[in-house]
Amino acid sequence: MRYLPLNDDDRKSMLETIGVSNIDELFKDIPESARLDGPVRDLPLVQSEMAVARALGKMAGKNIPAANVPFFCGAGAYKHHVPATVDHIIQRSEFLTSYTPYQPEIAQGTLQSLFEFQTQVARLLDCDVANASMYDGSTACAEAVVMAARVTKRKKVIFSGGIHPHYFAAAHILADNIGIEIVALDPAIDGEKAVTQHIDNETAAVVVSCPNVFGTITDLSEIAAAATEKGALSIGVFTEVMAFGLIEPLGAMGIDIVVGEGQSIGNALNFGGPYVGLFATREKFIRQMPGRLAGQTVDLDGNRGFVLTLSTREQHIRREKATSNICTNSGLCALAFTIHMTLLGEKGLEQTAILNHEAAIKTAKALGAIVGVEVLTKNFFNEIAVKLPVNATEVVQKMADAGVLGGVPFSRLNKDAQGFENVLLIAATEVTTDDDIAELVTALTNALKGAI
Amino acid sequence: MTIETFTGAKALLQKTELLFEYGSVDKTGIDTAKPEGLADSLGGLKRKAKPKLPALTEPEAMRHYIRLSQRNYAIDLGMFPLGSCTMKHNPRLNEAMARLPGFSDIHPLQPQSTVQGALELINSLSDWLLKLTGMKAVAMSPKAGAHGELCGMLAIRAALDARGLQARKKVLVPKSAHGTNPATAAQAGFEVVEVAQTADGRVDVDDFKAKITEDTAACMITNPNTCGLFEHQIKEIADLIHAAGGYFYCDGANFNAIVGKVRVADLGVDAMHINLHKTFSTPHGGGGPGSGPVVLSAALAPFAPVPWVVNDGDGFKLIEHKEGEASQAFGRMVAFQGQMGMYVRALSYMMSHGADGLKQVSEDAVLNANYILASLKDVMTPAFDGYCMHEALFDDEFLEGTGVTTLDFAKAMIDEGFHPMTMYFPLVVHGAMLIEPTETESKHTLDDFIKSMRGLAEAAKSNDKSRFDHAPHLAPSKRLDETLAARKPILKMAD
Repeated sequence: MRYLPLNDDDRKSMLETIGVSNIDELFKDIPESARLDGPVRDLPLVQSEMAVARALGKMAGKNIPAANVPFFCGAGAYKHHVPATVDHIIQRSEFLTSYTPYQPEIAQGTLQSLFEFQTQVARLLDCDVANASMYDGSTACAEAVVMAARVTKRKKVIFSGGIHPHYFAAAHILADNIGIEIVALDPAIDGEKAVTQHIDNETAAVVVSCPNVFGTITDLSEIAAAATEKGALSIGVFTEVMAFGLIEPLGAMGIDIVVGEGQSIGNALNFGGPYVGLFATREKFIRQMPGRLAGQTVDLDGNRGFVLTLSTREQHIRREKATSNICTNSGLCALAFTIHMTLLGEKGLEQTAILNHEAAIKTAKALGAIVGVEVLTKNFFNEIAVKLPVNATEVVQKMADAGVLGGVPFSRLNKDAQGFENVLLIAATEVTTDDDIAELVTALTNALKGAI
Repeated sequence: MTIETFTGAKALLQKTELLFEYGSVDKTGIDTAKPEGLADSLGGLKRKAKPKLPALTEPEAMRHYIRLSQRNYAIDLGMFPLGSCTMKHNPRLNEAMARLPGFSDIHPLQPQSTVQGALELINSLSDWLLKLTGMKAVAMSPKAGAHGELCGMLAIRAALDARGLQARKKVLVPKSAHGTNPATAAQAGFEVVEVAQTADGRVDVDDFKAKITEDTAACMITNPNTCGLFEHQIKEIADLIHAAGGYFYCDGANFNAIVGKVRVADLGVDAMHINLHKTFSTPHGGGGPGSGPVVLSAALAPFAPVPWVVNDGDGFKLIEHKEGEASQAFGRMVAFQGQMGMYVRALSYMMSHGADGLKQVSEDAVLNANYILASLKDVMTPAFDGYCMHEALFDDEFLEGTGVTTLDFAKAMIDEGFHPMTMYFPLVVHGAMLIEPTETESKHTLDDFIKSMRGLAEAAKSNDKSRFDHAPHLAPSKRLDETLAARKPILKMAD
């Protein structure tokens, strides 16, 4: 087998060194009744690289990649152009096949890039500090909710109606089991400001989103101030990080904990993962943060270096008293983010963000011109919600059958929301062309024929 | 002689400034189309202050990261014997497969008719995991091992609640457990009860029995355990917890030792996470991303979180909502379907090995660890008698009186060209050194490693402290001041 360096002579001589006559003597602690007498049944045996590539290639061939069709899906994952340099660097052995940098003398590459990542994320979101990444946006949101309850020592958390339903679900299961009371407001296109009236003296946090799941962008300053006034924290969530190349960052709006998905920068769609969760907050909360942190220090010669720090928050030291059980971050995806961001810089980021916004403006205008289609989102970055005269799921399927991936029905995320069966979420990015928009209009018009 | 160069570079080791020190906000490393200048729809929310993010052009960026990369140790460079981490070779076929546009360039919420191959892949990987473990169901979506632990414990919570046993809160966890176990139990709303360990490094079954009460919800046991030993009384432990009405969570971090040799279902396990980034070779990437699917027994299967894939004869379908057959699901742990990129790599690895190859994997992993144990036991002190599974555990007794600590010893290994082993874990062994070679090391490499370790052990005993004091001496950085970093945290570049 091509991944196993030992040959039978090696094995024989090693067994002699150990002092046993055959390998099974080393497995004798396994209860005899449970030991298998041969390979696990009903599974294939060893295969060549060529055979595996052929079989997996066949599976891959049954899917329609975003690049092959007019593509408008968003709702938490976005198709962007990632420079070829990014994937080249993250496949360098020294990054790809290294471990969590617990031995800083031989991990400065990872540690310095994490420090640069933290700096970029903090500056982009306009927050004091950012951690070295979370699993994804949804789990970052969940951890933020738990952290807010810990900081405020309160137990009630209010979610706006603009939160991505998957983010709500992920936060809900984590919060529910440790006795946090969840108040979930009904889905609403412009659903953020409604949280303010629910904040009271028992509120640990409000969770609001910008851009929200319907693409709406909202000034969250008043919500943040209202939370502060009642001793609650504000948690600001986003799924499209590219937005902050153009719109006001949530830290600047006074949000206490800013969390979201970083996939758009550096990372492919990957059918939902791996992605990279971003987590940023105020300096005063650093000892309450979940996840890893890279920090600057010096070595014995006085040279600057970096280490993982404040690990007394973490599970390997604190065990059941840790701020989180998290052990893994999303290292390589964070590296991809930071390389892409380094190539962009604020200039390239802004240019790209403007292209996203313009593509969305053109898409919204084109769709709004179709009889029976109503654009629901007024202020947006690169994503809008539209209301169709018929069920959005059926329309999306018809468009897909016609070779257009024309968005995500909101009911795919939350099928219990009353009155949202006809709502379609549509994202456009810098990869969207005028031809794509024209094809979307045609496909949607055809799909709606007979319905209007 | 020591030369101080004018740039700070040392030949192949180039200087590594922070990108903020020489990047520029006035340039960019990408070229875009020209915006049309449309009136915006931002409702007055246009960003006011620039983010102060400098750029590097492509050639500069390439050099920046390549220079950084050369300060990292990596599996592809040398042996990485980190106990409990399973740092094995990462096949590049897996990388190529994960990057096929049919897997990497598909959206998680595309119509299911356009991603049948992706759903087939998830279904196929699930089938492998179920057959290798003999379990009933698998929750694929957890993003890492600790996340899988949380998934398993939440399934246990849901199963207890369904039986009206909301009051059961206690989880038995051995002292030797990885820190994620108690942290997870707490995060899932349970209370941790510590169980003692026997002199031979296993769960103390008498203590385990004594600590079971009517509040007991579950136990969390790693097997093979963190001492690198198989819990040979595992079936008794399973019977005890089941008789008390609780569930058996098995931490599968060490699955590499037994994959293909025993199915955990035959040991009485109710839930076990599988670290695809350990046993099934997906790259660690400097600390993630991981992937931690959880296999479940029949008792827990109905409570698995959404989503999952079914094949109803009319193609593959994703069950995404808590209804119908998923009405007892405990909820959803993440957005979307989990770590698809890792699923592709893991399946590519499993298919390459086949069932016969995977059996050989665990046999070679255990053989390599025992070869190290046998070759070092006369100069170092094994923590326990007898053979080990896939990792060899030593304590620091052999360093007693030398003035050399486990940390010094580990740092001296860096100068020898090896990544240190896991240190000071498990906590139950004094000055622990946990060595996991994995099956992808050749005898030639193991012999080099043994030679180094013997040399270091003998040097320490002969009071040759020079190679230990302030080690490492030959690494790109000298020992770093971790206390300073924690006392005065600098977590980003100042503006």
